[in-house]
Amino acid sequence: MKAYQIEIKLNGEWRKAEVTVRETLLDVLRDKLGAKEVKNGCGKGDCGTCAVILDGKAVNSCLTLALQANGKEITTLKGIGTEEKPHPLQKSFVEHGAIQCGFCTPGMIVSAKTLLDQNPKPSREEIREAISGNLCRCTGYKKIVDAIQETALEDKS
Amino acid sequence: MKNHTINLTVNGEEHEILVEPNALLVNVLRDELGLTGTKYGCGTGQCAACTVLVNGESVLSCLTLAVAVDGADIVSIEGVARPDGTLDPVQEAFLDHSAIQCGFCTPAMVMMGRDLLNKNRDPSEPEIREHIKGNLCRCTGYTSIVRAIKSCAQKREPQTE
Amino acid sequence: MGDVEYLAPRDLKEALKAMEEWKGRAKVIAGGTNLIPYMRAGWISPELIVDFSGFKDLAYIKEGNGAISIGALTTISEVASSETIRNYSPILSSAASHLGNPLCRNRATIGGNLANASPGADMAPPLLALEASVHTERGGEKGREISLHEFFLGPNQTVLEEDEVITEITFPKPKDPATGSQIKFGLRNAEALSIVNIAVMLEMEGKVCRKARVALCPLAPTPIRAYRLEELLEGKRIDEGLLDECAGILKEEITPRRVSIRASAEYRKMLSSILFKRAVQEALKGVKA
Repeated sequence: MKAYQIEIKLNGEWRKAEVTVRETLLDVLRDKLGAKEVKNGCGKGDCGTCAVILDGKAVNSCLTLALQANGKEITTLKGIGTEEKPHPLQKSFVEHGAIQCGFCTPGMIVSAKTLLDQNPKPSREEIREAISGNLCRCTGYKKIVDAIQETALEDKS
Repeated sequence: MKNHTINLTVNGEEHEILVEPNALLVNVLRDELGLTGTKYGCGTGQCAACTVLVNGESVLSCLTLAVAVDGADIVSIEGVARPDGTLDPVQEAFLDHSAIQCGFCTPAMVMMGRDLLNKNRDPSEPEIREHIKGNLCRCTGYTSIVRAIKSCAQKREPQTE
Repeated sequence: MGDVEYLAPRDLKEALKAMEEWKGRAKVIAGGTNLIPYMRAGWISPELIVDFSGFKDLAYIKEGNGAISIGALTTISEVASSETIRNYSPILSSAASHLGNPLCRNRATIGGNLANASPGADMAPPLLALEASVHTERGGEKGREISLHEFFLGPNQTVLEEDEVITEITFPKPKDPATGSQIKFGLRNAEALSIVNIAVMLEMEGKVCRKARVALCPLAPTPIRAYRLEELLEGKRIDEGLLDECAGILKEEITPRRVSIRASAEYRKMLSSILFKRAVQEALKGVKA
């Protein structure tokens, strides 16, 4: 299998990887760049657990070839906030009990972050729309919507 | 089988009911008295969805023969809210903390929360978890339920002068 | 799963040349939202993937003399949020905002949705109702303009040659963009493969319909226009009786799959007639997206 060299700016840092044509961005993020916070849920763009920010837009990394991400900026959950320096969204998720098993959470935060970047004061309906590509089997979604809404309300900027 | 007439005070109302000797309290509450807030979950005392208070003590109504509680004072979930419809603080807390997903475990959880707070005005989180450890919930992961009950801690009943 | 090569061409010319050289063995990747799942499932095995996703100059929405032009690589998100589209063709905004989910829409392209030619292609009904055309280019040969109603041949089959690529979609500005309606009925609010997706555009003179365009899917091997209904409506006063007559005929015009997937053929027929009436009633209100 022919291998190609790519470079992506992952959470602000340029990283190199050797990839094949069939590898998706998800494959490369998890297996070659150690970004395990990006989850492999369904592999076909239905669950949203693989969501990352590419060129400022939330996308399914399982539906992007690694080669298509060459030279691009990618932000994952860890580029949004970390344990040491959590993003208000992450703090809000914890406070609202919006994390049960946690599998959907990274993708949810990615979708929520891009929503708030575009629409700082979304309605509940707009929040639900923004996360309509992120499936959660545990929480019944209410706590997640509450968490996102509270973050939006608290943001003074 | 010879049927028995029993007297139960349920949520303050007196009832005289004819029951079979092997009738379970959970079924009498649900089917005879129409009080379907108490749930029949497992029928073997493992899920505690059938929890009611009998003479002030929490009891698994699926493991209680109706004849065995003849004369008792029973409180089910329908008796937790005030007569004027105002919700008990525990019920309000469950709503505020999104502690209700499918809702099936909720009546019993609320009963146990109320039961605990009646005995211990300011329970710690471990005490809350200990008290509801018999109540299964498949939806919430328990965190929101514990938080809901904890938020009612130290709440004093309004003083009536 | 054999070996596959990848090309990120510098420009359209290079891309088309590669498509020509590898004719039949190469596939275009744009958003990748269909191509990647198909490849993973083993349904297609191209020898070369030609990446069109970098061609930003094929992503545009322009308002020209009497027509709207949309570059094939415009994402569905961009179509859904475009003020131009909302002003001139709210039924297209509506359909775009119901395709897949937000993550998918940020990558999926309008050209890709048409070229993939799913029997349930979300963008097809409104574009058919708007009498859209697709514009193509090829490496060695000339491109062409194809009316959308002549574009689809069957499930995932179009008139496109193996080295022919959609570059633009155009449609004439509707006389009255507001007398249109688009309804997607699915089993869930997002990520739904439609049970029925219907689009209606009307030109009214008082209560009389001067022009009607009705398009639906997935009720046949391809998205379709309901020509008999259009004929019945044109030149007539639209009233309950006429709509009932049309709804009855619609059931005969469509040929949903007999194998029940997501819904039985009977259900789809019943639903189509109800949604047709609802769509016309909505269109008559001059509802904007």
